[in-house]
Amino acid sequence: MSSIDVKGHAGSVPTRDLATQRSGRRVRLPVSTVAVVLLCLPALVPLAAIVVAALSPETEIWNHLATYILPEVIRNTLLLTIGVALLAGSIGTTLAWLTAMCEFPGRRFFEWALLLPLAIPAYVLAFVAVGFLDFSGPLQTWIRAATGSSNWFPAIRTGGGAIFVLSLATYPYVYLLARSAFLTQGRRALEAAQSLGLGRGAATWRVALPMARPWIAAGIALICMETLADFGAVSVFNYNTFTTAIYRAWAGMFSVNAALELAGVLMVFVLIVLAVERKSRAVARFSSSRDTSRDAPRMSLQGAARGFAFVGCTIIFLLAFALPFTQLLLWMLKHMGRDLDARYFGFAARSLLLAAAAAIVIVAASVLLAYVLRRKETRFTRLVIRTATMGYAIPGTVLAIGILVPVISLNNVLQGWLRDWLGNSAPTLMLHGTLVTVLAAYLARFLAAGFSPIESGLQRITHNIDEAAIGLGVVGRQLVRRVHLPLLRTSLTTAATLVFVDVMKEMPITLITRPVGWETLATRVFEMTAEGDWERAALPAVAIVLAGLIPVALLTRRSSNVGSSNVA
Amino acid sequence: MVRLGTLRAAGLGLAIAASMLIGGCAQRPDGVLVYSARNEQLIKPLFDLYTQETGVPVRFVTDDAGPLIERLGAEGADTTADVLMTVDAGELWYAAERGLLQPVDSPILKANIPEHFRDPGNRWFGLSVRARTIVYSTERVKPEDLSTYEALADPRWKGKVCLRTSKKVYNQSLVAMLISEHGEQQTETIVRGWVNNLATNVFSNDVLLMEAIAAGQCDVGIVNTYYFGRLLRDKPGLPVKLFWPDQQGQGVHVNISGAGVTRYSRHEAAATKLLEWLSAPKAQALFAGENMEYPANPAIKADAAVLAWGDFKHSEKNIAQAGALQADAVRLMDRVGYK
Repeated sequence: MSSIDVKGHAGSVPTRDLATQRSGRRVRLPVSTVAVVLLCLPALVPLAAIVVAALSPETEIWNHLATYILPEVIRNTLLLTIGVALLAGSIGTTLAWLTAMCEFPGRRFFEWALLLPLAIPAYVLAFVAVGFLDFSGPLQTWIRAATGSSNWFPAIRTGGGAIFVLSLATYPYVYLLARSAFLTQGRRALEAAQSLGLGRGAATWRVALPMARPWIAAGIALICMETLADFGAVSVFNYNTFTTAIYRAWAGMFSVNAALELAGVLMVFVLIVLAVERKSRAVARFSSSRDTSRDAPRMSLQGAARGFAFVGCTIIFLLAFALPFTQLLLWMLKHMGRDLDARYFGFAARSLLLAAAAAIVIVAASVLLAYVLRRKETRFTRLVIRTATMGYAIPGTVLAIGILVPVISLNNVLQGWLRDWLGNSAPTLMLHGTLVTVLAAYLARFLAAGFSPIESGLQRITHNIDEAAIGLGVVGRQLVRRVHLPLLRTSLTTAATLVFVDVMKEMPITLITRPVGWETLATRVFEMTAEGDWERAALPAVAIVLAGLIPVALLTRRSSNVGSSNVA
Repeated sequence: MVRLGTLRAAGLGLAIAASMLIGGCAQRPDGVLVYSARNEQLIKPLFDLYTQETGVPVRFVTDDAGPLIERLGAEGADTTADVLMTVDAGELWYAAERGLLQPVDSPILKANIPEHFRDPGNRWFGLSVRARTIVYSTERVKPEDLSTYEALADPRWKGKVCLRTSKKVYNQSLVAMLISEHGEQQTETIVRGWVNNLATNVFSNDVLLMEAIAAGQCDVGIVNTYYFGRLLRDKPGLPVKLFWPDQQGQGVHVNISGAGVTRYSRHEAAATKLLEWLSAPKAQALFAGENMEYPANPAIKADAAVLAWGDFKHSEKNIAQAGALQADAVRLMDRVGYK
């Protein structure tokens, strides 16, 4: 899509007048390519290790996996991914539609409250759900006490339970993206469609939803990748997927190679997800993103619709946030006396620092990459960037080791040189114990979370807008700063929020790449859950949620003034 | 909007990167660095006490054993780690197998830790003992009906057994030790019998499993005793009890949490001293007591609460077997559909 635009752009705009572009024609292309490769390198290295391992399988272990493991995990992974994509996709899109386009009681509250589940890690939600809904949990116990039997109650430790919980945990990705699409495209488009004689329903289906498709597709793709990479939640349900099989091959059979081979098969799934997303974007129509939402009033829901909107939002809010968070608070209060001390300031500060630094680095990298794709897309850069975003679907532990081992090897080589040069007085290098390595690993893992929103946002700034601006003498950096940046603001905040919250929750990469003694809130959760002490994990989990609320609150403020900030 | 020239921005970025790297080339500090799969809250009190008594600082990195062992392997001769500590013998066996641990010839460790709780090559030593035993409902099961792990495969327990996932290393060790006793074929029959007797999908942890027994979803299960202790401390009076199986035969299956000195440690002497200190009476009581486990040093009694569960005979087969046969155990469990 954007490659076509680039051609159109080059043809219709007198490029020779743009000194920067002309002089850059020979020099800049390789520079941008080099920049792309460098930025994507942390993600490409572990993926390369996976491909290499997958291409040289150990026959004996492979036969075992193919006979006993693969059929089950392929089926389960497919079911889970499709189930979560459908359920979370429809929850997210519906809620976004309601809060962005309609008026009903509680709308102002739900607008931001429905984002809160983003801050609850999926494994925590899973544990709370199983604890509450399993046979021995309070609900079924109560049902048995009241009626004598709870056998009709659906079993929670199943694939269905996993789909249910992962959908509640991930729908905010779609909600966030779809909502910003609905908000910026404006209700005017819908109004226009209705004035042309379409009913409200038809206008929604034929105009508003197709216009929001790149966002919805990007959100669902993120959800699918999260689901493919999830280990914590599926483990609680004991639902075997690729991630659990990878873990089992590694920890149980002591075979890193078998683990990488399984990760290689998993990558095929990721490719399918990405291809479907591309395809659904390719046919999308883009409109001007000039915000018109202030001009057209929200649809005021009446009668039953009004009630359904309120009840639906309430149910999702209760299930995905209020109830689990209450359970966490209760557990926290029980153990707080023993566990809460001054160190928690340090844990929280380090979590916030890592999350903020990662958000800045990843958003900056995503902007750069998205601009390269917009202005100088080549087959090669596109391939590199698409590949790099796959890190979002690779299980965290695999990716962590895939990055750590090459960094350590580099460190050892440098250390050797240093010793040759300085002899025994050479200082000890610890590249892999630095924040640079941590951030590089986060970049590899979360690039997709930053890149998707920004790419979708940039796609909607049509080249007509650029041409109009250039016609007014706004060119080069000015164009970016005065025209693009204001239009991209929502996408940038969305990207930063997703990365920030993801990093707050991230465990395996933080654990193995952190400098010695660097404890964060997420590593506290690990300390407690490693021996199954889930109740004591509530304290750091609550702290993660509270810290995660900060960007969510900022984001909501931003999107409620989206009107004023988006007018170019 | 702050405006930065490209060069200035790049310069700033480099400066930040450099300042982050500086932390990475500090001189190797004295003291001992431990890579630990045992949780922070279970080791920190001991390390603090050690530092207080000896003045030797102990630093540590916690994570799952898998990533820690990969990291140790990649660091090779340049590692700064001196001790690897895990919560399972199989992981120590694997680390030793990969040449990441070194033999330690310490009369103190040999005297304190029984032979079957340490590596025959003295590359690792058990520091606490974890018993994996049978738990039953006091409302629906008479202890006379219980005998061995193997007997839980009997059809009389059809629909009454709860098990934890085979992904947990504790079950892999248990099955590995069964293989070492009965051979693969017979063990496969036993484990298939367990799976056939399952009352519900396997659980992701021992506590949920015991709560299911208490709630009446099933009657018997297999758990580590410290989970039982933790649960009963929280909910006294729960109608579940421990049973010590196989008292006429091998005895209760036990695993260890233990440690070894890394192959390329630059502080072998200090690392060995730490292990010796951990194997001595005072530390042993704490090490096991923090988590309601059993001390590995037989001279020390377990915590009073733990002793109240009764005395039992445990298997004295060398625990290194659990590591050597673990991969076989995993495949066996795959074959019989133990998830």
